[in-house]
Amino acid sequence: MERLKSINEFERLQERLVIDRDPNVPTIVIPAGTCGQASGANDLIRVTKRELLNKKWVDKIHLRITGCNGFCQMEPSVLIEPQRTFYPKVSPKDMIRIVDALANSQVLEDLLYVDPRTGSPIEKQEAIPFFKSQVRTILSRNEKIDPIRIYHYIENGGYSAMAKMLALGKPEWVLEEVKTSGLRGRGGAGFPTGFKWEMLARQPNGHGKVLVCNGDEGDPGAYMDRSVLEGNPHSIIEGMIIGAYGTGASEGVIYVRNEYPLAIKHLLIALRQARELGLLGEHILGTSLSLEIRLVRGAGAFVCGEETALMRSIEGKMGEPRQRPPFPVQKGIDGRPTLINNVETWANIPIIIGSGAQDFAKIGTKQNAGTKIFSLVGKIKNTGLIEVPMGMTIKEIVDEIGGGPATDAKLKAVQTGGPSGGCIPTSLFDLGIDYESLTQAGSIMGSGGLIVMDEKTCMVDVAKYFMNFLQEESCGKCFPCRKGTQRMYEILDDITTGRGTLESLDLLEELATTVKDTTLCGLGQTAANPVLSTLRYFRNEYLEHILHKRCPGGVCKELITYSINENCTGCQVCLRNCTVDAITGTKKEIRRIDPAKCIKCGACRSLCKFNAIDVI
Amino acid sequence: MVVLFINGLEVSVEEGTTLLEASRFYGFPIPTLCHMDGLSPYGACRLCIVEIGEGPKAKLVTSCTYPALEGLRVRTASSRVVKARKMILELLLASCPQSKTIQDLASAYDVRTQRFKQEYEDCILCGRCIRVCEEQMMAKAIGFRSRGKKRDLGTPFDLHSEVCRLCGACLYVCPACQLRCTYSEPEKAICGGCANLSPPCLKKEGFEDMMCFMEPCVACEIKKD
Repeated sequence: MERLKSINEFERLQERLVIDRDPNVPTIVIPAGTCGQASGANDLIRVTKRELLNKKWVDKIHLRITGCNGFCQMEPSVLIEPQRTFYPKVSPKDMIRIVDALANSQVLEDLLYVDPRTGSPIEKQEAIPFFKSQVRTILSRNEKIDPIRIYHYIENGGYSAMAKMLALGKPEWVLEEVKTSGLRGRGGAGFPTGFKWEMLARQPNGHGKVLVCNGDEGDPGAYMDRSVLEGNPHSIIEGMIIGAYGTGASEGVIYVRNEYPLAIKHLLIALRQARELGLLGEHILGTSLSLEIRLVRGAGAFVCGEETALMRSIEGKMGEPRQRPPFPVQKGIDGRPTLINNVETWANIPIIIGSGAQDFAKIGTKQNAGTKIFSLVGKIKNTGLIEVPMGMTIKEIVDEIGGGPATDAKLKAVQTGGPSGGCIPTSLFDLGIDYESLTQAGSIMGSGGLIVMDEKTCMVDVAKYFMNFLQEESCGKCFPCRKGTQRMYEILDDITTGRGTLESLDLLEELATTVKDTTLCGLGQTAANPVLSTLRYFRNEYLEHILHKRCPGGVCKELITYSINENCTGCQVCLRNCTVDAITGTKKEIRRIDPAKCIKCGACRSLCKFNAIDVI
Repeated sequence: MVVLFINGLEVSVEEGTTLLEASRFYGFPIPTLCHMDGLSPYGACRLCIVEIGEGPKAKLVTSCTYPALEGLRVRTASSRVVKARKMILELLLASCPQSKTIQDLASAYDVRTQRFKQEYEDCILCGRCIRVCEEQMMAKAIGFRSRGKKRDLGTPFDLHSEVCRLCGACLYVCPACQLRCTYSEPEKAICGGCANLSPPCLKKEGFEDMMCFMEPCVACEIKKD
């Protein structure tokens, strides 16, 4: 790779790459992010390579290995371009057929995605309900790019926003554009990015300013940042170069947790390639702009996602937050002014600068511009990463993209914002998802986890689960967070095991309010949300546990008993699979469960085909 | 000079003063545990919270870390502050009931009982000992370890630290828990304890009930004379 010395040279390279590409060559796209690899995408890649080599079709059919496309449930999947045929859950054997069919320009009907509602197959990716309602400005780039090839990124318009900005030569214009776009921090708090940038730009440039990309994504069940880092690392680098130009920063740090090995690998390759090509380092494209970006790996503490803790972790100290002010933009890493933005925020920057702030501001709502990536998981038909415009209602997301409840059980709530978020009941499903309305409903946007829950979920148990997570992940520096989360867990544990009292419920609420009010950082201030929001919308479930010692969701083991009703046909499946021999009865007769022996593992219930096992 | 309002009173303080210093200077008492003059503010015990701002934007901040700002309206004992302080004291009382300091504070705020499950911990992890060791003794012999409910403090790998000079400052500054002399159980000592020091009291029988090695040790010295 030769170092590019001017903007002109870059533009010529990009032109040449675009001309050299023939968009009509059939291409097999295999998403191989962490999710894809875990479900077998590497086998598909191997099979495809072998087939193409053996049959000497290497020039006839291209193969592209990309990051996650979002429909993680259907992995390993294959996308055929330019027809855009989508094959879900492909086995290595089917892969051979797909390659052969593609050579003959055929579509394999039997392997296509089948819409569970209509039962009919759908060929094009865009027509699949999961993809249809999304606005994929960031995620759609994943499938076009092989993350370890910088030329792929440049060919698809990458780094042209940066070149455009450098050609214009006005840092103030960058700040103005980001402000006009109305982009707000995607890390969860929703602080207007443009204002933050302006604040950094105004700081005196004593020992150099620092930009940080916060990739410490620790929410259970959320993996938006991972997919962007794995699938399109150059977009982050480009965003940071633009940020450095606008704010006058000279150093960049990408902080990624070490649990994301693939993201780290792709980032290191991307950084090296960008440096070799002259897009990073001294005098980028021959201009006065210089930026060095380094990668810092986090040891996987949830609290390090909090910006002051993150800075300490980058400094090599113990990851614990400190009181603000001074804010990071005033005094950050090693005392230098520091700007911290989330992965998704950085990924939005090239789009804003590239296609114009006005266009960006048109997506979403007035106060909440742009799109947001959510990881949609839980008791729904389609799970995966989705990107929707801000302000889309929960109902649309759950019903149209998620495909509705996965089983017969009715949906009950959706949990947003990870462990520090709250639960929103079905009665509020018409709520448009944006920063303000979620906060008003007692939850938070957070980094973007959406967990859908149905009637078989116990809300007290949910609160207990998150509280357990938080009591372990609280840094322990400030007393009300450390002890408060422990004590809340203790009370919740009492309630789920039938030892709760009405007084303890009052104490729980009082404690939760104090923890919210008095703790040091964002983790503590939101730590009470799981308790407060479930108390707000599902107080009757708490009361049911306390007064009647019953768990309506049938989850809390101490409060439920399994029994068999008259639907039982005497098939003996439950009897044979009971690990503790608690089920008795002879053939063709309704079985009985011995409550003294039953360990409430639920195996019988999940195996019974006749809905004969009751949980009370 | 910065002009601000503390509990409605217009006061002026030097720039860079914290709200805690300003309030105490003008005679408004604020309880603290982790704060100590001469050590960097830490903001961990949260007892020194005060309310700032107006209306829906009012919030609680720790006065030991928050700087006095022009025109700021501070309330050191509003009902929201007192309620929160009481709950924190109740939590403290539930975890470290033996501490005289905590008992006195709780009693001053009329916290007579606590409603949680009683625990008997010694340390509230306020970090005073760690800061005094690093900032005043320039030793950095002890530090925090782990996080969440597993957080504790000690020397690296629980070995006797080479930089520890056994000055005893850590024990001296402890506000609540009185790190006890563990002369008979050196493995529980924070710095290797007096087992390394071989003070005169170690060999004597009469000090089994001592709470902190500094004071009895001093007593020993006096007795010896």
